[in-house]
Amino acid sequence: MAERCPDGHLSRRAFLRLGALAGGGLALAIGLPAVAATPTPDAPDAPDTKSPEVDCSPNAWIHLHGDGRIRLILARTETGQGVMTALPMLVAEELEVGLDQLLVELAPADPAFVNRLLGEQVTAEATSVRDAWTTLREAGATLRLLLVRAAAESWGVPESDCRAQRGRVLSADGSRSLGYGELAAAAARLPLPAQVPLKASPAWTLIGTQQRRLDTPDKVTGRACFGLDVRLPGMLFASVERGDLLGGRIRGWQSAAARRVPGVVDVVALESGVAVVAETSWAALRGRRALAVECRSDLGRAGDSERLGARFRAALGGRAAVAEREGDVSAMLDAAAHQLESVYAVSFAAHACMEPMNCTADVTPTRCVIHVPTQAQQGVLETARRITRLPAERIAVHTTFAGGAYGRRREQDFVAEAVELSRRLRRPVQVFWTREDDLTHDYYRPMTLHRLRGGLDAEGRVSAWYQRIVGPSILARVQPSAMKDGIDRLLVQGAVASPYDLPCRRVEYRRADIAVPTGWWHGGGYVHNVFAGECFLDELAALAAADPLDFRRRLLAAQPRHLRLLDLLAEQSGWNQPPAAGLARGVACVTAFDSLLALVAEVALDGAEVRVRRLVCALDCGQVVNPGNAQAVVEADLAFGLSAALGGAVTIEQGRIRQRGFAALPLLRANEMPEVVIHLVGGDVAPGGLSGLGVAPVAPAIANALHALTGQRVRSLPIRVGEVAPGASGGAG
Amino acid sequence: MISVTLNGELRQLDLDPDTPLLWVLRDHLGLTGTKYGCGEGECGACTVHLDGAPVKSCSTPLSAAAGRSVTTIEGLSPDGRHPLQLAWIVEDVPQCGYCQPGQIMTAAALIAETPRPSDAQIEAAMSGVLCRCGTYNRIRRAIHRAASPEGRDG
Repeated sequence: MAERCPDGHLSRRAFLRLGALAGGGLALAIGLPAVAATPTPDAPDAPDTKSPEVDCSPNAWIHLHGDGRIRLILARTETGQGVMTALPMLVAEELEVGLDQLLVELAPADPAFVNRLLGEQVTAEATSVRDAWTTLREAGATLRLLLVRAAAESWGVPESDCRAQRGRVLSADGSRSLGYGELAAAAARLPLPAQVPLKASPAWTLIGTQQRRLDTPDKVTGRACFGLDVRLPGMLFASVERGDLLGGRIRGWQSAAARRVPGVVDVVALESGVAVVAETSWAALRGRRALAVECRSDLGRAGDSERLGARFRAALGGRAAVAEREGDVSAMLDAAAHQLESVYAVSFAAHACMEPMNCTADVTPTRCVIHVPTQAQQGVLETARRITRLPAERIAVHTTFAGGAYGRRREQDFVAEAVELSRRLRRPVQVFWTREDDLTHDYYRPMTLHRLRGGLDAEGRVSAWYQRIVGPSILARVQPSAMKDGIDRLLVQGAVASPYDLPCRRVEYRRADIAVPTGWWHGGGYVHNVFAGECFLDELAALAAADPLDFRRRLLAAQPRHLRLLDLLAEQSGWNQPPAAGLARGVACVTAFDSLLALVAEVALDGAEVRVRRLVCALDCGQVVNPGNAQAVVEADLAFGLSAALGGAVTIEQGRIRQRGFAALPLLRANEMPEVVIHLVGGDVAPGGLSGLGVAPVAPAIANALHALTGQRVRSLPIRVGEVAPGASGGAG
Repeated sequence: MISVTLNGELRQLDLDPDTPLLWVLRDHLGLTGTKYGCGEGECGACTVHLDGAPVKSCSTPLSAAAGRSVTTIEGLSPDGRHPLQLAWIVEDVPQCGYCQPGQIMTAAALIAETPRPSDAQIEAAMSGVLCRCGTYNRIRRAIHRAASPEGRDG
């Protein structure tokens, strides 16, 4: 199987299959090679050169119809990150069609649509473009070659005398042309070529150019269909009361009053709570308020942020799993000319997607149809199979637009509710969560605690680096088989595999499972670990009396791409010129998803209010597919990181989430959005991932700027000026 | 029976007058362009026009719209070519897009009242509509574009 590594590279080429469609069309499917002999790293798999007259359309990625329509089946969810435009650009480039000539549809759930970097059909962890980069271009190029070949054969001329342009094949003098639709049937009968050359980058007309997003027109007219907008004939709406206690169970409720609300059809007890089902959303909400539930939880004192914090502090010592180790850190720290130790704390955070969780299911004894804004189509399929006991071929998963996702929509809790309700009621049901449900029944970004120790030699160089990360394991719940030697890769991302030259280092993970549900988070473990690491790096720089950016440069002497990025950032941010009065700058870098991003935050203080005036960012993500969208994605992540850095914390008291609405959990608003300047460094390497990258460096850049402004260290996230830092001991700083 | 002019058309609605306008639109009238984001008037995703003024439809009972005129994103233009909608396309404003109907309706009320708004006026008017994708800077640029003489002519 292909390497499952969102931070690494694909090691196997996909193969293509071709088949005829009724009506004179063809379908091109992309699949993984069957696992036969053990592959060697340098032997590419031979593509299937047979072209059986098989209708492979159910799992085909590209359908070319006899009437000329070209349907591209998009295997990833459009969550705002622009895959709906970026992936078609890859096909269109090689296929020689305009984006306007492609009909893009979202894919059903099928193994053919696997994300090879993650091992299932899922949109997550900034993998979509990296996964599709070569595969979709090869598919487009193969199809174009076959169409040209079919035209050449019909004209009796060499292929080299023909060219493809905007969905037509033209003869050399342009006097003859055939549309792709007319050629499809003939092309479907041709053997697949063993190798298809891809265009060299100077020949690109689409990739690397600014293209307007394909979904924008529907999104500005209100036509775009999100999960909550799905309407099926006879559909009912359901609102589920789950009680307001974490880990709570409903012990009793009054259904009579709920049933009396006009429009309420039923009150149904589910695993997760009590569902009020009604003809309209409003009736369901009114009915739910009349339920008078009694809720109990066993969480007790385990559901309290302060007590969890104390537990985590106790875990800063003692045993831990080693995630990365080189050299003898303890000895080097003892021998260091200067050493420093600090503790950094990261609180829980809520995903707060603009569109609350929801799912629509239509279950009959013989089939199940689901409409849902999901990131994990395969997960939805498995959830539906488990609950309905129907085979996969009787289950259809339709992915809608998603109003944000951030990892929350990989979960199946809202899917299970809808499928179960529809199964029991034998009617289509839309389960919709209120904002309060969404904030109080999240799988939160986990709270973590970090102990960092660093040593400097007499020349002020880093001689030892130590980080212990304390936090719950997410993989232990969602993918236990992915745990390796007690390490959860999601918790140590950004702490291991550092680009900095740290020849003597140790990264430890102390797993501290908690009863608070935690899950995937936008930007992943980089958010925690880059906060702690980039802030501590600044502390070491101060100890060495070095400029923070210079200090990083010295640690990146062997990393030309990083050096180039930092130099660009220094120049564009005016780093070496004094900032305006009352402003200070802070820097932070992240290396993730095969991309590099460095950020300078310009910050002022207005009393205790932190004002971020400007964010200057330098980004090297290799080849950029759509520069406008790349900028938009980075800007979105910077805004997301700002909300996480300065906005509401999620706190838990006596088993209850305190923040139940946007008033208590402020998110970034228009009047708080800084000026954002993004410099894209082009690259002749394959694209790196973008979505989520820009989140991690925001908080440490701000914290580092605040230190320059006030002399005080910020060691907790979210940032609160004037709060006591969790702890620094040993050494200056 | 409650009489409301909805997107230019007189409608007679036999509904509970306490029903929030948001749910009347989404569940009774098939207009799902107006979005549910919080139900508490905090996020602005549900913004529609009531006699031309922006209101949070989640917090506006149907009774408040009786005898008055309501405009939703679907009714902002007959063909999706309101200057703001065109500007939103040129600037590629939306990402996930969920908040954008509320953003556009709020912006439309702003420029109807203040044809050439300053940055400060835009900020004041638009800070009531949350965007989790941080499209605020592009929203501001799109409003300026729509408000400029070239933009108004479509």
